[in-house]
Amino acid sequence: MTIFDLDFMRYALVAAVMVGLTAPAVGTFIVQRRLALLGDGIGHVALTGVALGFLTGTAPVATAVVVAALGAVAIEMVRARGKTSGDVALALLFYGGLAGGVMIIYLTPGESTASLNSYLFGAITSVDSTDLWVIAGLAVAVLALLAVFGRELFVLCQDEEVAKASGLPVRFLGLLIAVIASVTVVVAMRAVGLLLVSALMVVPVATSQQLTRSFRTTMALSMVFGVLATVGGLTSSFYLDVPSGATIVLLALAGFAVALGIGRFVRRSRTGESTA
Amino acid sequence: MSTAFDMTAGQVTIDGRKILRGVDLTVDDGEVVAVLGANGSGKSTLVRSLLGVQPLSGGTTLLYGRPPARFREWWRIGYVPQRLSVGGGVPATVREVVASGRIARQRRGRLTSAADRQAVAAALNEVGLSDRAGDPVSSLSGGQQQRVLIARALAGEPDAFVLDEPTAGVDAGSQKMLAETLSGLVDRGKTVVLVAHELGPLEPLISRAVVLNQGCKVHDGAPPTAVGAHALPGHDHVHPHEPEPAESGLPSWVLAQEKA
Repeated sequence: MTIFDLDFMRYALVAAVMVGLTAPAVGTFIVQRRLALLGDGIGHVALTGVALGFLTGTAPVATAVVVAALGAVAIEMVRARGKTSGDVALALLFYGGLAGGVMIIYLTPGESTASLNSYLFGAITSVDSTDLWVIAGLAVAVLALLAVFGRELFVLCQDEEVAKASGLPVRFLGLLIAVIASVTVVVAMRAVGLLLVSALMVVPVATSQQLTRSFRTTMALSMVFGVLATVGGLTSSFYLDVPSGATIVLLALAGFAVALGIGRFVRRSRTGESTA
Repeated sequence: MSTAFDMTAGQVTIDGRKILRGVDLTVDDGEVVAVLGANGSGKSTLVRSLLGVQPLSGGTTLLYGRPPARFREWWRIGYVPQRLSVGGGVPATVREVVASGRIARQRRGRLTSAADRQAVAAALNEVGLSDRAGDPVSSLSGGQQQRVLIARALAGEPDAFVLDEPTAGVDAGSQKMLAETLSGLVDRGKTVVLVAHELGPLEPLISRAVVLNQGCKVHDGAPPTAVGAHALPGHDHVHPHEPEPAESGLPSWVLAQEKA
Protein backbone atom coordinates (compact mmCIF):
# COMPACT_ATOMS: atom_id res chain seq x y z
CA MET A 1 0.00 0.00 0.00
CA THR A 2 1.30 3.46 -0.87
CA ILE A 3 0.24 6.77 0.60
CA PHE A 4 -1.65 7.58 -2.61
CA ASP A 5 -4.15 4.79 -1.96
CA LEU A 6 -5.62 6.66 0.99
CA ASP A 7 -7.96 9.61 0.47
CA PHE A 8 -6.84 11.41 3.62
CA MET A 9 -3.20 11.11 2.58
CA ARG A 10 -3.93 12.51 -0.88
CA TYR A 11 -5.65 15.51 0.71
CA ALA A 12 -2.81 15.85 3.17
CA LEU A 13 -0.23 15.83 0.38
CA VAL A 14 -2.01 18.57 -1.57
CA ALA A 15 -2.28 20.63 1.62
CA ALA A 16 1.41 20.01 2.29
CA VAL A 17 2.36 21.37 -1.14
CA MET A 18 0.22 24.49 -0.60
CA VAL A 19 1.74 25.16 2.79
CA GLY A 20 5.25 24.40 1.56
CA LEU A 21 4.87 27.00 -1.19
CA THR A 22 3.14 29.85 0.67
CA ALA A 23 4.82 29.89 4.07
CA PRO A 24 8.40 30.45 2.79
CA ALA A 25 7.21 32.92 0.11
CA VAL A 26 5.70 35.18 2.77
CA GLY A 27 8.56 34.31 5.08
CA THR A 28 11.15 35.79 2.70
CA PHE A 29 9.59 39.25 3.06
CA ILE A 30 9.04 38.83 6.78
CA VAL A 31 12.62 37.77 7.46
CA GLN A 32 13.90 40.72 5.40
CA ARG A 33 11.63 43.04 7.39
CA ARG A 34 13.26 41.72 10.59
CA LEU A 35 10.00 40.25 11.78
CA ALA A 36 11.08 36.60 11.82
CA LEU A 37 9.06 35.95 14.96
CA LEU A 38 5.91 37.64 13.66
CA GLY A 39 4.54 34.22 12.70
CA ASP A 40 4.94 32.99 16.27
CA GLY A 41 3.08 35.99 17.59
CA ILE A 42 0.25 35.56 15.13
CA GLY A 43 0.16 31.84 15.91
CA HIS A 44 -0.44 32.52 19.60
CA VAL A 45 -3.19 35.01 18.82
CA ALA A 46 -4.79 32.60 16.33
CA LEU A 47 -5.32 30.11 19.16
CA THR A 48 -7.92 32.42 20.67
CA GLY A 49 -9.58 32.40 17.25
CA VAL A 50 -9.60 28.59 17.13
CA ALA A 51 -11.14 28.41 20.60
CA LEU A 52 -13.76 31.01 19.64
CA GLY A 53 -14.67 28.74 16.73
CA PHE A 54 -15.34 25.88 19.15
CA LEU A 55 -17.31 28.13 21.51
CA THR A 56 -19.56 29.57 18.79
CA GLY A 57 -19.85 26.37 16.79
CA THR A 58 -18.28 27.91 13.68
CA ALA A 59 -15.37 26.50 11.71
CA PRO A 60 -12.21 27.13 13.78
CA VAL A 61 -10.26 27.97 10.59
CA ALA A 62 -12.64 30.85 9.81
CA THR A 63 -12.53 32.36 13.29
CA ALA A 64 -8.77 31.81 13.42
CA VAL A 65 -8.28 33.81 10.18
CA VAL A 66 -10.32 36.71 11.54
CA VAL A 67 -8.69 36.82 14.96
CA ALA A 68 -5.18 36.26 13.56
CA ALA A 69 -5.67 39.08 11.05
CA LEU A 70 -6.88 41.43 13.80
CA GLY A 71 -3.89 40.41 15.91
CA ALA A 72 -1.52 41.01 13.00
CA VAL A 73 -2.98 44.47 12.41
CA ALA A 74 -2.55 45.27 16.11
CA ILE A 75 1.07 44.06 16.02
CA GLU A 76 1.80 46.15 12.92
CA MET A 77 0.23 49.24 14.47
CA VAL A 78 2.33 48.86 17.61
CA ARG A 79 5.44 48.33 15.44
CA ALA A 80 4.72 51.32 13.20
CA ARG A 81 4.42 53.64 16.19
CA GLY A 82 8.00 52.66 16.88
CA LYS A 83 7.85 53.12 20.62
CA THR A 84 10.49 51.37 22.67
CA SER A 85 7.76 49.53 24.55
CA GLY A 86 6.80 47.77 21.29
CA ASP A 87 8.46 44.50 22.29
CA VAL A 88 6.58 44.34 25.54
CA ALA A 89 3.28 45.23 23.88
CA LEU A 90 3.80 42.37 21.43
CA ALA A 91 4.62 39.96 24.23
CA LEU A 92 1.42 40.96 26.03
CA LEU A 93 -0.54 40.21 22.90
CA PHE A 94 1.12 36.79 22.44
CA TYR A 95 0.45 35.62 25.98
CA GLY A 96 -3.03 37.11 25.89
CA GLY A 97 -3.75 35.10 22.76
CA LEU A 98 -2.51 31.83 24.26
CA ALA A 99 -4.20 32.29 27.63
CA GLY A 100 -7.39 33.50 25.93
CA GLY A 101 -7.49 30.36 23.80
CA VAL A 102 -7.05 28.04 26.77
CA MET A 103 -9.66 29.90 28.84
CA ILE A 104 -12.26 30.02 26.07
CA ILE A 105 -11.86 26.31 25.30
CA TYR A 106 -12.32 25.55 29.01
CA LEU A 107 -15.57 27.52 29.00
CA THR A 108 -16.82 25.66 25.91
CA PRO A 109 -19.18 22.81 26.88
CA GLY A 110 -17.85 19.40 25.90
CA GLU A 111 -14.38 20.68 24.93
CA SER A 112 -11.09 20.64 26.78
CA THR A 113 -7.56 21.77 26.06
CA ALA A 114 -7.11 18.39 24.34
CA SER A 115 -9.33 19.76 21.56
CA LEU A 116 -6.64 22.34 20.85
CA ASN A 117 -3.88 19.78 20.44
CA SER A 118 -4.36 19.24 16.72
CA TYR A 119 -4.21 23.02 16.20
CA LEU A 120 -1.20 23.48 18.43
CA PHE A 121 0.87 20.70 16.92
CA GLY A 122 -0.81 20.10 13.57
CA ALA A 123 -2.92 17.28 12.21
CA ILE A 124 -2.48 17.40 8.49
CA THR A 125 -4.01 13.97 7.97
CA SER A 126 -7.32 15.26 9.35
CA VAL A 127 -7.71 17.65 6.39
CA ASP A 128 -10.93 16.83 4.51
CA SER A 129 -12.02 17.99 1.07
CA THR A 130 -13.78 21.12 2.42
CA ASP A 131 -10.67 22.10 4.38
CA LEU A 132 -8.62 21.52 1.27
CA TRP A 133 -10.69 23.99 -0.76
CA VAL A 134 -10.34 26.62 1.97
CA ILE A 135 -6.58 26.04 2.24
CA ALA A 136 -6.14 26.10 -1.55
CA GLY A 137 -8.19 29.29 -1.88
CA LEU A 138 -6.23 31.07 0.84
CA ALA A 139 -2.89 29.86 -0.54
CA VAL A 140 -3.72 31.10 -4.04
CA ALA A 141 -4.85 34.45 -2.63
CA VAL A 142 -1.59 34.81 -0.68
CA LEU A 143 0.59 34.00 -3.69
CA ALA A 144 -1.44 36.31 -5.97
CA LEU A 145 -1.08 39.22 -3.53
CA LEU A 146 2.66 38.62 -3.28
CA ALA A 147 2.93 38.61 -7.08
CA VAL A 148 1.02 41.89 -7.44
CA PHE A 149 2.67 43.75 -4.56
CA GLY A 150 6.03 41.99 -4.58
CA ARG A 151 8.02 44.88 -6.04
CA GLU A 152 6.66 47.37 -3.52
CA LEU A 153 7.05 44.92 -0.64
CA PHE A 154 10.68 44.39 -1.63
CA VAL A 155 11.37 48.13 -1.29
CA LEU A 156 9.41 48.31 1.97
CA CYS A 157 11.20 45.35 3.53
CA GLN A 158 14.59 46.62 2.33
CA ASP A 159 14.30 50.18 3.69
CA GLU A 160 11.07 51.72 4.94
CA GLU A 161 12.38 55.31 4.62
CA VAL A 162 13.27 54.79 0.98
CA ALA A 163 9.81 53.31 0.44
CA LYS A 164 8.32 56.49 1.94
CA ALA A 165 10.53 58.72 -0.19
CA SER A 166 9.40 56.75 -3.26
CA GLY A 167 5.78 57.63 -2.48
CA LEU A 168 4.78 54.04 -1.62
CA PRO A 169 1.78 53.59 0.70
CA VAL A 170 3.96 52.25 3.52
CA ARG A 171 1.21 52.03 6.12
CA PHE A 172 -1.01 50.04 3.77
CA LEU A 173 1.86 47.78 2.66
CA GLY A 174 2.85 47.13 6.28
CA LEU A 175 -0.70 46.08 7.13
CA LEU A 176 -0.89 44.04 3.93
CA ILE A 177 2.18 41.97 4.74
CA ALA A 178 0.92 41.49 8.31
CA VAL A 179 -2.48 40.26 7.10
CA ILE A 180 -0.90 38.03 4.43
CA ALA A 181 1.26 36.55 7.18
CA SER A 182 -1.75 35.88 9.40
CA VAL A 183 -3.61 34.11 6.60
CA THR A 184 -0.50 32.02 5.94
CA VAL A 185 -0.26 31.10 9.62
CA VAL A 186 -3.80 29.78 9.55
CA VAL A 187 -3.19 27.88 6.31
CA ALA A 188 -0.07 26.28 7.77
CA MET A 189 -1.73 25.66 11.14
CA ARG A 190 -3.26 22.39 9.93
CA ALA A 191 0.09 21.09 8.73
CA VAL A 192 2.51 21.88 11.52
CA GLY A 193 0.42 23.48 14.23
CA LEU A 194 0.38 27.02 15.60
CA LEU A 195 3.43 26.47 17.79
CA LEU A 196 5.60 25.35 14.87
CA VAL A 197 4.06 27.45 12.12
CA SER A 198 6.76 30.09 12.15
CA ALA A 199 9.37 27.43 11.44
CA LEU A 200 8.00 26.98 7.93
CA MET A 201 8.10 30.74 7.34
CA VAL A 202 11.64 31.18 8.58
CA VAL A 203 13.68 27.96 8.29
CA PRO A 204 13.40 27.41 4.50
CA VAL A 205 14.37 31.07 3.97
CA ALA A 206 17.35 30.76 6.29
CA THR A 207 18.31 27.56 4.45
CA SER A 208 18.02 29.13 1.03
CA GLN A 209 19.97 32.30 1.87
CA GLN A 210 23.03 30.17 2.65
CA LEU A 211 23.19 29.28 -1.03
CA THR A 212 21.85 32.27 -3.01
CA ARG A 213 22.88 35.74 -4.14
CA SER A 214 19.60 37.36 -5.12
CA PHE A 215 16.29 38.03 -3.39
CA ARG A 216 14.35 36.39 -6.19
CA THR A 217 16.27 33.09 -6.12
CA THR A 218 16.23 33.09 -2.31
CA MET A 219 12.45 33.19 -2.44
CA ALA A 220 12.16 30.57 -5.20
CA LEU A 221 14.60 28.19 -3.55
CA SER A 222 12.97 28.63 -0.14
CA MET A 223 9.67 27.56 -1.70
CA VAL A 224 11.38 24.44 -3.09
CA PHE A 225 12.83 23.69 0.36
CA GLY A 226 9.43 24.36 1.90
CA VAL A 227 7.72 21.80 -0.32
CA LEU A 228 10.54 19.28 0.20
CA ALA A 229 10.14 19.64 3.97
CA THR A 230 6.33 19.41 4.07
CA VAL A 231 5.96 16.60 1.53
CA GLY A 232 9.05 14.76 2.73
CA GLY A 233 8.06 15.16 6.37
CA LEU A 234 4.49 14.03 5.75
CA THR A 235 5.59 10.96 3.78
CA SER A 236 8.19 9.87 6.28
CA SER A 237 5.86 10.47 9.22
CA PHE A 238 3.34 8.15 7.53
CA TYR A 239 5.83 5.31 7.07
CA LEU A 240 7.60 5.81 10.39
CA ASP A 241 4.35 6.40 12.27
CA VAL A 242 5.53 9.59 13.99
CA PRO A 243 3.79 13.01 14.32
CA SER A 244 3.77 14.85 10.96
CA GLY A 245 4.19 18.43 12.21
CA ALA A 246 7.32 17.70 14.18
CA THR A 247 8.76 15.56 11.36
CA ILE A 248 8.24 18.40 8.86
CA VAL A 249 9.97 20.94 11.07
CA LEU A 250 12.85 18.62 11.99
CA LEU A 251 13.38 17.83 8.30
CA ALA A 252 13.45 21.58 7.51
CA LEU A 253 16.03 22.11 10.26
CA ALA A 254 18.15 19.21 8.98
CA GLY A 255 18.03 20.88 5.54
CA PHE A 256 19.27 24.10 7.12
CA ALA A 257 22.22 22.32 8.75
CA VAL A 258 23.21 20.76 5.42
CA ALA A 259 22.85 24.08 3.55
CA LEU A 260 24.93 25.84 6.18
CA GLY A 261 27.78 23.41 5.51
CA ILE A 262 27.46 23.62 1.72
CA GLY A 263 27.22 27.42 1.85
CA ARG A 264 30.42 27.71 3.91
CA PHE A 265 32.21 25.38 1.52
CA VAL A 266 31.01 27.25 -1.60
CA ARG A 267 31.90 30.66 -0.17
CA ARG A 268 35.33 29.46 0.87
CA SER A 269 36.10 28.07 -2.57
CA ARG A 270 34.80 31.31 -4.15
CA THR A 271 37.11 33.47 -2.06
CA GLY A 272 39.87 30.97 -2.82
CA GLU A 273 39.30 31.54 -6.54
CA SER A 274 39.26 35.32 -6.29
CA THR A 275 42.42 35.53 -4.23
CA ALA A 276 44.28 32.94 -6.32
CA MET B 1 11.85 78.59 -12.37
CA SER B 2 10.01 76.31 -10.01
CA THR B 3 10.88 75.49 -6.45
CA ALA B 4 11.83 71.91 -5.60
CA PHE B 5 11.87 72.17 -1.80
CA ASP B 6 10.35 74.87 0.35
CA MET B 7 10.44 74.60 4.12
CA THR B 8 9.07 77.33 6.37
CA ALA B 9 9.85 77.39 10.09
CA GLY B 10 10.44 73.63 10.08
CA GLN B 11 10.61 72.09 13.54
CA VAL B 12 11.30 68.51 14.50
CA THR B 13 11.05 67.18 18.04
CA ILE B 14 12.01 63.58 18.76
CA ASP B 15 11.34 62.18 22.23
CA GLY B 16 11.09 65.71 23.63
CA ARG B 17 14.42 66.77 22.12
CA LYS B 18 14.34 69.63 19.65
CA ILE B 19 16.33 68.53 16.60
CA LEU B 20 15.25 71.31 14.22
CA ARG B 21 14.31 74.70 15.65
CA GLY B 22 12.43 76.59 12.95
CA VAL B 23 14.43 76.24 9.74
CA ASP B 24 13.53 78.13 6.54
CA LEU B 25 14.98 76.59 3.41
CA THR B 26 14.07 77.05 -0.22
CA VAL B 27 15.81 75.10 -2.96
CA ASP B 28 15.07 76.16 -6.53
CA ASP B 29 15.32 73.88 -9.56
CA GLY B 30 18.89 73.38 -10.69
CA GLU B 31 20.51 74.47 -7.44
CA VAL B 32 23.23 72.36 -5.84
CA VAL B 33 22.93 72.90 -2.12
CA ALA B 34 25.20 71.44 0.53
CA VAL B 35 23.87 71.11 4.08
CA LEU B 36 26.84 71.36 6.43
CA GLY B 37 27.33 71.26 10.16
CA ALA B 38 28.78 69.28 13.02
CA ASN B 39 27.50 65.84 13.97
CA GLY B 40 24.17 66.16 15.74
CA SER B 41 23.42 69.58 14.25
CA GLY B 42 20.29 68.24 12.53
CA LYS B 43 21.55 67.90 8.92
CA SER B 44 20.08 64.47 8.24
CA THR B 45 16.85 65.35 10.00
CA LEU B 46 16.57 68.47 7.83
CA VAL B 47 16.83 66.60 4.51
CA ARG B 48 14.65 63.74 5.73
CA SER B 49 11.96 66.20 6.74
CA LEU B 50 12.27 68.01 3.40
CA LEU B 51 11.08 64.70 1.89
CA GLY B 52 8.38 64.07 4.48
CA VAL B 53 10.20 60.92 5.62
CA GLN B 54 10.60 62.61 9.01
CA PRO B 55 7.35 64.36 9.94
CA LEU B 56 7.56 67.98 11.13
CA SER B 57 6.31 68.88 14.57
CA GLY B 58 5.91 72.50 13.50
CA GLY B 59 6.13 74.59 10.35
CA THR B 60 5.50 73.41 6.81
CA THR B 61 7.43 71.87 3.97
CA LEU B 62 6.51 71.63 0.30
CA LEU B 63 7.76 69.33 -2.46
CA TYR B 64 7.25 71.01 -5.82
CA GLY B 65 4.55 73.14 -4.24
CA ARG B 66 2.70 70.38 -2.37
CA PRO B 67 2.94 69.06 1.19
CA PRO B 68 4.47 65.52 1.24
CA ALA B 69 1.14 63.86 2.12
CA ARG B 70 -0.46 65.27 -1.03
CA PHE B 71 2.59 65.04 -3.30
CA ARG B 72 2.04 62.54 -6.12
CA GLU B 73 5.02 62.97 -8.46
CA TRP B 74 7.46 60.94 -6.36
CA TRP B 75 9.39 59.89 -9.47
CA ARG B 76 10.78 63.44 -9.44
CA ILE B 77 12.68 62.70 -6.21
CA GLY B 78 15.72 60.46 -5.81
CA TYR B 79 16.63 59.82 -2.17
CA VAL B 80 20.03 58.40 -1.25
CA PRO B 81 20.04 57.38 2.41
CA GLN B 82 23.16 57.38 4.56
CA ARG B 83 23.81 53.69 4.21
CA LEU B 84 22.47 50.57 2.60
CA SER B 85 20.03 48.82 4.88
CA VAL B 86 20.72 45.09 4.92
CA GLY B 87 17.41 44.32 6.60
CA GLY B 88 17.05 40.79 7.90
CA GLY B 89 19.88 39.47 5.77
CA VAL B 90 18.00 38.04 2.79
CA PRO B 91 20.51 38.48 -0.05
CA ALA B 92 19.81 40.93 -2.87
CA THR B 93 21.95 41.56 -5.92
CA VAL B 94 23.28 44.94 -6.97
CA ARG B 95 20.91 44.86 -9.95
CA GLU B 96 17.89 44.08 -7.75
CA VAL B 97 18.61 47.01 -5.44
CA VAL B 98 19.28 49.42 -8.30
CA ALA B 99 16.16 48.23 -10.17
CA SER B 100 14.05 49.01 -7.08
CA GLY B 101 14.82 52.69 -7.77
CA ARG B 102 12.31 52.48 -10.65
CA ILE B 103 9.44 51.81 -8.24
CA ALA B 104 7.96 55.32 -8.39
CA ARG B 105 7.73 55.03 -12.19
CA GLN B 106 6.23 51.53 -12.29
CA ARG B 107 2.56 50.64 -12.31
CA ARG B 108 1.44 47.98 -9.88
CA GLY B 109 1.10 44.56 -11.49
CA ARG B 110 2.96 45.55 -14.68
CA LEU B 111 6.02 43.64 -15.76
CA THR B 112 9.43 45.31 -15.95
CA SER B 113 9.62 47.33 -19.18
CA ALA B 114 12.46 47.82 -21.63
CA ALA B 115 12.74 51.42 -20.40
CA ASP B 116 13.18 50.09 -16.84
CA ARG B 117 15.97 47.77 -17.92
CA GLN B 118 17.72 50.51 -19.90
CA ALA B 119 17.59 52.96 -17.02
CA VAL B 120 19.01 50.35 -14.64
CA ALA B 121 21.82 49.45 -17.03
CA ALA B 122 22.65 53.16 -17.55
CA ALA B 123 22.66 53.80 -13.79
CA LEU B 124 24.95 50.82 -13.13
CA ASN B 125 27.26 52.00 -15.87
CA GLU B 126 27.35 55.56 -14.53
CA VAL B 127 28.64 54.43 -11.12
CA GLY B 128 30.99 51.85 -12.65
CA LEU B 129 29.31 48.77 -11.18
CA SER B 130 28.04 47.05 -14.35
CA ASP B 131 30.44 44.17 -13.79
CA ARG B 132 29.14 43.64 -10.23
CA ALA B 133 25.43 43.66 -11.18
CA GLY B 134 24.91 40.01 -10.28
CA ASP B 135 26.83 40.09 -7.00
CA PRO B 136 25.07 40.29 -3.64
CA VAL B 137 25.27 43.84 -2.26
CA SER B 138 26.58 42.48 1.02
CA SER B 139 29.81 41.44 -0.74
CA LEU B 140 30.61 45.05 -1.71
CA SER B 141 32.80 47.52 0.16
CA GLY B 142 31.26 50.53 1.92
CA GLY B 143 32.17 52.86 -0.94
CA GLN B 144 30.73 50.49 -3.52
CA GLN B 145 27.53 50.14 -1.51
CA GLN B 146 27.25 53.93 -1.52
CA ARG B 147 27.54 53.82 -5.31
CA VAL B 148 24.74 51.22 -5.41
CA LEU B 149 22.51 53.61 -3.46
CA ILE B 150 23.32 56.43 -5.86
CA ALA B 151 22.67 54.16 -8.84
CA ARG B 152 19.30 53.27 -7.31
CA ALA B 153 18.36 56.96 -7.25
CA LEU B 154 19.77 57.48 -10.77
CA ALA B 155 17.69 54.56 -12.09
CA GLY B 156 14.50 56.44 -11.21
CA GLU B 157 15.62 59.34 -13.46
CA PRO B 158 14.41 61.97 -10.96
CA ASP B 159 14.63 65.77 -11.21
CA ALA B 160 15.98 66.26 -7.72
CA PHE B 161 18.47 64.22 -5.73
CA VAL B 162 18.67 64.25 -1.95
CA LEU B 163 21.84 62.63 -0.65
CA ASP B 164 22.45 62.02 3.05
CA GLU B 165 26.22 62.04 3.71
CA PRO B 166 27.23 60.34 0.45
CA THR B 167 30.91 60.83 1.26
CA ALA B 168 30.93 59.54 4.83
CA GLY B 169 33.28 56.61 5.29
CA VAL B 170 33.86 56.25 1.55
CA ASP B 171 37.25 55.35 0.04
CA ALA B 172 39.08 57.81 -2.21
CA GLY B 173 38.20 55.96 -5.43
CA SER B 174 34.48 56.00 -4.65
CA GLN B 175 34.69 59.68 -3.60
CA LYS B 176 36.15 60.56 -6.98
CA MET B 177 33.50 58.48 -8.74
CA LEU B 178 30.85 60.25 -6.68
CA ALA B 179 32.22 63.68 -7.60
CA GLU B 180 32.15 62.71 -11.29
CA THR B 181 28.59 61.38 -11.06
CA LEU B 182 27.50 64.52 -9.25
CA SER B 183 29.11 66.80 -11.80
CA GLY B 184 27.22 64.86 -14.50
CA LEU B 185 23.97 65.60 -12.66
CA VAL B 186 24.87 69.28 -12.32
CA ASP B 187 25.63 69.46 -16.06
CA ARG B 188 22.19 68.01 -16.78
CA GLY B 189 20.63 70.75 -14.63
CA LYS B 190 19.40 68.42 -11.87
CA THR B 191 18.60 69.76 -8.42
CA VAL B 192 20.86 68.38 -5.70
CA VAL B 193 20.65 68.66 -1.93
CA LEU B 194 23.42 66.86 -0.13
CA VAL B 195 24.42 66.51 3.48
CA ALA B 196 28.11 66.51 4.21
CA HIS B 197 30.44 66.85 7.11
CA GLU B 198 33.18 68.06 4.82
CA LEU B 199 32.87 68.80 1.13
CA GLY B 200 36.26 67.55 -0.05
CA PRO B 201 36.25 66.88 -3.81
CA LEU B 202 32.60 67.97 -4.09
CA GLU B 203 33.40 71.59 -3.22
CA PRO B 204 33.64 73.00 -6.77
CA LEU B 205 30.18 71.63 -7.65
CA ILE B 206 28.29 73.33 -4.84
CA SER B 207 26.34 76.49 -5.68
CA ARG B 208 25.12 77.21 -2.18
CA ALA B 209 25.77 76.03 1.35
CA VAL B 210 23.47 75.90 4.32
CA VAL B 211 25.11 75.50 7.71
CA LEU B 212 23.24 74.11 10.67
CA ASN B 213 24.21 74.44 14.28
CA GLN B 214 22.13 72.82 17.02
CA GLY B 215 19.06 72.69 14.82
CA CYS B 216 19.27 76.32 13.65
CA LYS B 217 20.35 77.66 10.28
CA VAL B 218 23.41 79.80 10.88
CA HIS B 219 24.61 80.36 7.33
CA ASP B 220 22.92 80.30 3.91
CA GLY B 221 24.89 81.46 0.91
CA ALA B 222 28.22 80.96 -0.77
CA PRO B 223 29.94 77.72 0.15
CA PRO B 224 32.57 78.29 2.84
CA THR B 225 36.10 77.88 1.55
CA ALA B 226 38.50 75.86 3.60
CA VAL B 227 40.67 78.07 5.81
CA GLY B 228 43.50 77.65 8.26
CA ALA B 229 44.55 74.15 9.11
CA HIS B 230 41.63 72.77 7.10
CA ALA B 231 43.18 74.09 3.91
CA LEU B 232 46.53 72.40 4.37
CA PRO B 233 47.06 69.51 2.00
CA GLY B 234 46.65 66.20 3.70
CA HIS B 235 44.63 67.75 6.52
CA ASP B 236 42.85 64.97 8.30
CA HIS B 237 39.64 65.89 10.05
CA VAL B 238 40.18 64.00 13.28
CA HIS B 239 37.84 65.91 15.58
CA PRO B 240 34.36 65.35 14.18
CA HIS B 241 32.77 64.87 17.58
CA GLU B 242 34.37 67.85 19.25
CA PRO B 243 31.96 70.62 20.18
CA GLU B 244 32.24 73.75 18.06
CA PRO B 245 33.74 76.95 19.59
CA ALA B 246 31.56 77.97 22.48
CA GLU B 247 31.41 81.76 22.20
CA SER B 248 29.41 81.92 18.96
CA GLY B 249 28.49 78.30 18.41
CA LEU B 250 29.72 78.61 14.81
CA PRO B 251 32.27 76.37 13.16
CA SER B 252 35.61 78.09 12.76
CA TRP B 253 35.48 78.10 8.98
CA VAL B 254 32.11 79.85 8.99
CA LEU B 255 33.51 82.56 11.25
CA ALA B 256 36.49 82.96 8.96
CA GLN B 257 34.14 83.18 5.99
CA GLU B 258 32.04 85.88 7.61
CA LYS B 259 35.06 87.91 8.69
CA ALA B 260 36.44 87.83 5.17
